[in-house]
Amino acid sequence: MRKIVAKEVLAPGIKKFVIEHPQIARKRQPGQFVIVRVHPEGERFPLTIADADPERGTITLVVQEIGHSTLELGRKEPGDFLMDVVGPLGRPTPIRHYGRVVCMGGGVGVAEIYPVARALKEAGNEVVGIIGARTRELVIMEAEMRSATHQLIVCTDDGSYGVHGLVTRPLQEMIDRAERIDHVFCIGPVPMMKAVAEVTRRPGIPTSVSLNPIMVDGTGMCGACRVTVGGVTRFACVDGPDFDAHEVDFDELMKRLAQYRVEEQMSLEMLRRRIEEAGLARAAS
Amino acid sequence: MPREVVPTKTPMPEQDPKERVRNFREVPYGYTEELAIQEALRCLQCKKPTCIAGCPVNIDIPGFIDLVAKGDFLGAARRIKATNLLPAICGRVCPQEEQCEKACVLSKKFESVAIGRLERFVADFERETGQIQRPAIPRRTGKKVAVVGSGPAGLTVAADLIQQGHEVTVFEALHALGGVLVYGIPEFRLPKSILEAEVNFLASLGVQFEPSYVIGKTETVDELLERFDAVFLGVGAGLPHFMRIPGENLNGVYSANEYLTRANLMRAYMFPEWDTPIKKGKNVAVIGGGNTAMDAVRTALRLGAENAYLIYRRSRAEMPARLEEIHHAEEEGVQFRLLENPTRIIGDDKGWVKEIELISMQLGEPDESGRRRPVPIPGSEHRLEVDTVVVAVGQGANPLLISTTPGLKTNRWGYLEVDPETGETSRERVYAGGDIVRGGATVILAMGDGRRAARAIHERIR
Ligand SMILES: Cc1cc2nc3c(=O)[nH]c(=O)nc-3n(C[C@H](O)[C@H](O)[C@H](O)COP(=O)(O)OP(=O)(O)OC[C@H]3O[C@@H](n4cnc5c(N)ncnc54)[C@H](O)[C@@H]3O)c2cc1C
Ligand SMILES: Cc1cc2nc3c(=O)[nH]c(=O)nc-3n(C[C@H](O)[C@H](O)[C@H](O)COP(=O)(O)OP(=O)(O)OC[C@H]3O[C@@H](n4cnc5c(N)ncnc54)[C@H](O)[C@@H]3O)c2cc1C
Ligand code: FES
Repeated sequence: MRKIVAKEVLAPGIKKFVIEHPQIARKRQPGQFVIVRVHPEGERFPLTIADADPERGTITLVVQEIGHSTLELGRKEPGDFLMDVVGPLGRPTPIRHYGRVVCMGGGVGVAEIYPVARALKEAGNEVVGIIGARTRELVIMEAEMRSATHQLIVCTDDGSYGVHGLVTRPLQEMIDRAERIDHVFCIGPVPMMKAVAEVTRRPGIPTSVSLNPIMVDGTGMCGACRVTVGGVTRFACVDGPDFDAHEVDFDELMKRLAQYRVEEQMSLEMLRRRIEEAGLARAAS
Repeated sequence: MPREVVPTKTPMPEQDPKERVRNFREVPYGYTEELAIQEALRCLQCKKPTCIAGCPVNIDIPGFIDLVAKGDFLGAARRIKATNLLPAICGRVCPQEEQCEKACVLSKKFESVAIGRLERFVADFERETGQIQRPAIPRRTGKKVAVVGSGPAGLTVAADLIQQGHEVTVFEALHALGGVLVYGIPEFRLPKSILEAEVNFLASLGVQFEPSYVIGKTETVDELLERFDAVFLGVGAGLPHFMRIPGENLNGVYSANEYLTRANLMRAYMFPEWDTPIKKGKNVAVIGGGNTAMDAVRTALRLGAENAYLIYRRSRAEMPARLEEIHHAEEEGVQFRLLENPTRIIGDDKGWVKEIELISMQLGEPDESGRRRPVPIPGSEHRLEVDTVVVAVGQGANPLLISTTPGLKTNRWGYLEVDPETGETSRERVYAGGDIVRGGATVILAMGDGRRAARAIHERIR
């Protein structure tokens, strides 16, 4: 059981949790994740470690509510407990001096690219950040990203804030201007990572993406997280989650992510009904 | 006084196959007291018992059976526990027909004594009547031992060392304790409540358990060595093998580990009351012929498969699974497709499994394992309509811990090399046993390894 010590709503449906776990707080490195189980009947699912405070013994998770498990987590409050938090899992992102790097985050992926950007800056890189969201109110962690980069570009799909368009647009413009880019790091929805991979492929800019397949154990035991990279099957939980974007079979990943769509829908409906009934019961009493 | 020998084992009552394929409850009900005594009386009480040597931990088999025959069930349980700490588990899952029962003198002419069933009976009797004996724990020695992995190897080390007065902490990567016994072997073969009782018992003796704690990640072995006087590695095999054939990443293709973990550990058969889903395929093909394959294919039936196929490249005689489980699978309607091997898995345009292509096999000359080698028959490819495929063709050594522990010597398959006398690895104060040393083996062998390592650790630190 792990205690939630703080919670903050970053944007509609995106919540930040600070959780007590001294060992993980001490150990974790950028790019690593934890597997969480909210309650005894709950699923095991992965969340990136967005930040940690080794002194206080806490880690920070940022979660987007998209289905049953993330919604249940989202309903937890400070003082509540999570059933399990295990980690830090996965290989850390290789942090070194690349030169000039671009760190891209989309949606909740901003929370996941943040520790990477900060570490790259600390390692002496010149860091350009490009973050994006559908609309202004969904832009998260802008201030943090600003401090973790030398230059930050914010994009919104609908143009309500910052650059109008997808994150690939400013990236393409940088390439067109022949700006120096030694490495691109990108975390976000699969279609975004795929698009970024396409943009950097021709100019041959080394690009890392952090893949998000379905996971169960997170320790290489089950093989649920298999992804094809360079024609070879890899387990994202132990071989990744970072991979060379130009080698990833994104289409296969998208298909695999849709494996439980029917079940997920059913499970979500059930939870919604339960929440509604609980609400009605409370209102009646 | 010569007795007339009953030629066959006393049958054990079981759930009707038609009924049990629709639930996850345990299949055999176990002996009643009367049936146990009846079976115990079949034992010849040989002057020179051969069965004991057939048991990897040398249980005093005639001794405990004699006590059963006399109705002293508790005495029998305690006699077994002198050498085997987990009889309720071993009585259920040991391959007895290849061990003690194979060596039973009766088996030359008749069916052997049902040693496994009797073992299970006395262990259940002791537990269900609440008469589990608490060993007297000696004064604390102040020495500390870390056990990595809570499978049968790790639990045995923990039990032995706590009884010597050492402090023991068991670290487990998963949230539940028991290793394969909890995530792999299904409820219908080994109820979780039995495992829980064993773990609770160890906890009551003072063993500390740290679940959701991955050694190599949350803490390294080298860090453990600073806090503990010795470390035992019982991390199992735990790396699923795939066949490396086209189509293995299609939706609906599972490793047995994933399939069984979802079903057992995460109780996906209770979805949506429990949150983890699983594909309840209509036509399910399971590849392999071991206990794992048998567990997966019987799970598929219980999840509602109309056709559950077991595809095995040799013949029934070479199947490594326990005989009893093969029988159970047949009774439940598993369709055995012997001498067939998959060559590729074929998907639809959405990435879902649609068919599996198989090639027929014949048995050639014996290979190193002494079993006749399966050889494909050219041109015999044919297809089977399936929507779910479970790959149960064995496992390898999971590198997660080994790769983060410098100086651990492994063999060419990636398993740990240990001193056969003590179980010590190439790293001082670090011991190992079970599947991570042997490759996929058995519960009782893992326990035997644990016992030997515990003795060596005790000698060293006391
Ligand atoms: C390494 C890694 C790091 C991640 N980090 C974050 C993060 O920091 N913040 C965040 O909000 N999300 C993160 N995710 C995604 C997050 O795990 C999923 O959103 C979550 O599991 C969805 O569960 P659900 O029950 O709410 O939704 P569901 O309705 O069950 O599923 C919605 C979608 O999420 C994916 N998904 C479902 N179950 C799993 C699972 N067990 N493992 C992985 N994906 C699954 C599938 O694509 C599915 O279609 C990460 C995923 C990975 C693999
Ligand atoms: C489906 C299936 C059915 C089987 N049926 C039978 C049977 O009927 N009879 C029989 O005798 N044998 C059977 N076996 C084999 C038997 O289960 C194994 O031989 C036995 O469990 C091995 O015990 P172990 O203690 O070495 O490891 P395991 O039981 O594999 O336990 C190892 C534990 O260590 C944990 N672990 C791994 N790495 C770490 C780490 N880095 N940090 C912390 N914890 C870690 C794992 O999560 C796991 O819980 C079966 C195996 C399977 C897979
Ligand atoms: S999540 Fe099980 S192997 Fe990666």
